[in-house]
Amino acid sequence: MSFTEDQITRYSRHILLPEVGGKGQKKLSQAKVFVVGAGGLGCPVAYYLGAAGIGTIGLIDSDVVDLSNLQRQVLHHTPDVGRSKTQSAKEKIQALNPDVQVNTYEERLTAQNAREIIRQYDVVIDGVDNFPAKFLINDACYLENTPLVHGGILRFEGRVMTIVPNESACYRCIFKNPPPTGVVPTCQEAGIIGVVAGIIGTIQATEAIKLILKIGQPLTNRLLDFDARTTTFREIRVKRNPSCALCGPNASLTELIDYDEPEACAI
Amino acid sequence: MQLTINGKVENLDVSTVLDVLKAKDIDPQLVAVEVNTQMIDQENLGTTSLKEHDKLEFLFFMGGGA
Repeated sequence: MSFTEDQITRYSRHILLPEVGGKGQKKLSQAKVFVVGAGGLGCPVAYYLGAAGIGTIGLIDSDVVDLSNLQRQVLHHTPDVGRSKTQSAKEKIQALNPDVQVNTYEERLTAQNAREIIRQYDVVIDGVDNFPAKFLINDACYLENTPLVHGGILRFEGRVMTIVPNESACYRCIFKNPPPTGVVPTCQEAGIIGVVAGIIGTIQATEAIKLILKIGQPLTNRLLDFDARTTTFREIRVKRNPSCALCGPNASLTELIDYDEPEACAI
Repeated sequence: MQLTINGKVENLDVSTVLDVLKAKDIDPQLVAVEVNTQMIDQENLGTTSLKEHDKLEFLFFMGGGA
């Protein structure tokens, strides 16, 4: 495909970068990114990826917009309260950039549908609010050999890690299993300062763009923790865990697990 | 002994990783522990001995996203 004059203007600040150029912009326009969750993290991720000219963005979320979401879920506006999150997000992304195809899935990601959907994308973004889903995404991405950008937020803190299957540590290399239900607070219970979702989400979007363009060093084998109270980032080196049940040499997990769903942090 | 825990130097009277968790009142179910960049399996926390100047990272679950 070749770019129209409008597209060249739209993406000119990308094209100016030697690391991107016309070739890189074309790669972005052919890339497919799957964003799980159209909430606090999913909104900034999808917004920036849409602006960047990612060709196809998949969005999955079964929720409707709640008034308490608007403090951070920037794709949803006041008139959207009560509407489907994926529809609301799709409209804003396409208003920003009509070049982007947005595939919406108004359902939850489950052990039944995860691999089939993920298979259709180049990069996956974790923007979910509960551990069963975080483990499900990690496992499905490993089994489908698809790079994943993990993210988590709570209160004033956030975390990002990029996972390239068979090359870098996965989520299970660090956390073997989900914590017992109810012992780790959710955003709904403990709160979240809205801007942290934006900071972590835009880092996730950056990682996705880097993976697509194959530039720089991905945030692999490094856990990046951010604390907004002190405005500090800490980088924790991690490595593949030989006893990982998913990606270790004696892996026992070969199928997806639907853990008991806790009450979703549906905000 | 002197340990570096999540980037901060601390002096603790401990011998194993589990001792550190107990001293800090941390539930072992809620944390992944790395000693000198090596992940320690949950079942080995009580048998993993520490030595002077070991670097520990306590990684807590962070599950939010929406």
